[in-house]
Amino acid sequence: MAKLTFVGGIHPYDGKDLSKDKPIQDVLPGDVLVYPLSQHIGAPAKAIVAKGDRVLVGQKIAESGGFVSAPIHASVSGTVKTIEPRRVAAGDMVMSIIIENDGQYEEAELGLAKAALNQMSREEIVEAVKEAGIVGMGGAGFPTHVKLSPREPEKIDYIIANCAECEPYLTSDYRRMLEEPEKLVGGLKVMLKLFPNAQGILAVEDNKPDCIARLRQLTEEEGKISVKALKTKYPQGGERQLIYAVTDRRINSTMLPADVGCVVNNVDTVTAIYRAVIEGRPLMERIVTVTGDAVANPANFRVRIGTSYDRILAAAGGFREKPEKIICGGPMMGFAMFGLDVPSTKTATALLALTKDEVSAMEPGPCINCGRCVEVCPGRMIPSRLADYAEHFDEKAFVDNHGMECCECGCCSYVCPAKRPLTQQIKSMRKMQLAKRKKA
Amino acid sequence: MSELFKVSSNPHIRSRVTTNGLMLAVIVALMPAAGFGIYNFGPRAIAVILVTIISTVLTEFLFGLYKWIRDNPKGKGSLQVKSIFEKSTITDLSAVVTGMLLALNLPVAIPLWMAALGGIFAILVVKMLFGGLGQNFMNPALAARCFMLLSFPTAMTAFDCDTYTGATPLAALKAGEQVNTLDMFIGRTAGTIGETSVIALLTGACFLLLMGVIDLRIPGSYIITFVLFVIVFGGHGLDPVYLSAQVSGGGLMLGAFFMATDYVTRPITIKGQYVFGIFLGLMTGIFRIFGPGAEGVSYAIILGNLLVPLIEKFTKPTAFGYQKGGKRGEK
Repeated sequence: MAKLTFVGGIHPYDGKDLSKDKPIQDVLPGDVLVYPLSQHIGAPAKAIVAKGDRVLVGQKIAESGGFVSAPIHASVSGTVKTIEPRRVAAGDMVMSIIIENDGQYEEAELGLAKAALNQMSREEIVEAVKEAGIVGMGGAGFPTHVKLSPREPEKIDYIIANCAECEPYLTSDYRRMLEEPEKLVGGLKVMLKLFPNAQGILAVEDNKPDCIARLRQLTEEEGKISVKALKTKYPQGGERQLIYAVTDRRINSTMLPADVGCVVNNVDTVTAIYRAVIEGRPLMERIVTVTGDAVANPANFRVRIGTSYDRILAAAGGFREKPEKIICGGPMMGFAMFGLDVPSTKTATALLALTKDEVSAMEPGPCINCGRCVEVCPGRMIPSRLADYAEHFDEKAFVDNHGMECCECGCCSYVCPAKRPLTQQIKSMRKMQLAKRKKA
Repeated sequence: MSELFKVSSNPHIRSRVTTNGLMLAVIVALMPAAGFGIYNFGPRAIAVILVTIISTVLTEFLFGLYKWIRDNPKGKGSLQVKSIFEKSTITDLSAVVTGMLLALNLPVAIPLWMAALGGIFAILVVKMLFGGLGQNFMNPALAARCFMLLSFPTAMTAFDCDTYTGATPLAALKAGEQVNTLDMFIGRTAGTIGETSVIALLTGACFLLLMGVIDLRIPGSYIITFVLFVIVFGGHGLDPVYLSAQVSGGGLMLGAFFMATDYVTRPITIKGQYVFGIFLGLMTGIFRIFGPGAEGVSYAIILGNLLVPLIEKFTKPTAFGYQKGGKRGEK
């Protein structure tokens, strides 16, 4: 039986009240939009436009660079100004297409020649998802068409829409579920079409009772779709935790959800599938929450991908107070940004501005072996020991003690009374090991 | 980019629990027992508590000072008070906890110089020489108590004082005499300063449980195992008076809730904590029933402390998604 929760995890201050009641608004994208060619996991996309070309809304400007890759579409109409490396939110330079917005929003021919869902074959649906450039929009950015093409589709038992939104502060999925639940359910139906033996599950944390009620009402007549209310706990939306909570099946880092008959996709991703397959619109926009105690008017925005964070912040009234730290994503797994002059991408869930930098204010002390990290670790490891191995660069002990299983959720660093940077140490060791394996 | 913000790796938030906060909670939780000790044994108990705390804190401070001087060779100016205090580890309050625990484990009539020596031993030998907070392999207060039991056996077992003469309830029990379990529960008996009152210790323990500082894994498995052991081997069967006297008497309550739960010297693995508790229960039972003395908690715990690395080795948790033995798990 599904337990609807998992072992471990934490209950941080959730901060969702700041923005949860703010309906989704549109943001004017500004004069210049930047499209990094690598907005997903896998090979970067290849530009198919050149300097001086005129592009339209929804026009493909970069094509997929391999099987695990995704094309990119223009979200405004205008002229290609140049193609050059630009700084992205994570801090590195990525080759990007820069488009000057002409303010016309002239659309390319969209939604053409799309057959009714009933007449579409499996391949056609997957192709539509692939061509729309859809990637995992919860943050990881794994190309969705790859997830939808497991080796044995008939062995998939569950398609799980990840509606947990367990990260503190984030409300983009919540607003999406409240305002466009039909598209979410529609997207799930499209996916069900791909997997004959699967049932669809909308997995929502129970701190969003209004979403649960609305989704239950919408899916009353749907025999294959059910809504599951999960216990609210971070990281309930982690893929492994979610699959376990809903199906009682466990996967580790060496397995894919498909290995236990599951496909998991985020709310925004499922909605994008609906828009791609039913409406014929490629992925050009996403919902971004702008929040934090430094923001004047926290809000949820529908953002054309490529819009600069400066514009998005300006739409939220700018800063109320000078922030100490700006984070792309949530406070647990998001990454800190150097500045706001970077473009939003397909995986940008939120812009969080905090007036206090809790982390650098705290001096780490010695580990007192309290075991809090052990209790909260959803991967059932001993984070304090793993961090120790990482610190001493003891690769063998790190790997032998399942250090590679870490999902970097941050729970151990969060609870540590000695304020030790456990997640950070484990993460850097993991990265080194992964790089080594890639090389070998 | 015009203005750069601070960056750091995730997560960007931290819980409010700190090492100092945890230590402070333990100090608060020991207050009822210390207070009852003072009420029970008179003002000399205050002197013993103060002397041990001063000796533990001073030892840690002086050790820190020595390290500061070593790291800041002459010529870089005179002693900088601020820098010394910033580097000193006494601010984490762990030395106060050790001092307090040690005092509660001493008889009220102990010569004060012995109490001070115990404090120095606890901090210098058991804690700082092994690397300071988090590195000691034995509970410093208990190790010091055992050191004193061996060095000053007479003074450490002289429980005669103004209020009480004669044996502790456990010694009386062992000699086959009658004991008053109500007095034992309230704490109106002879014994060390902090061990006598079950009610005061439980009040503090409840506070720690509610604050989430400790949990019931170790105390629970410890006490249950001990009771079962006494039922089987105690020779009194299910006699409720005997059993409640065994549970209330001696250092069991103090040991189970405040010493065995010491983070540094108990297993970090969850399964290991149960194993540790069961081991302590068995050892305490063996020492009390088959040993020459009436007491056994201190030795049981420091013996258990030594086994912690072994227990952890055999109770390593299985990572999520793996089956026991490290194999990949389907379900």
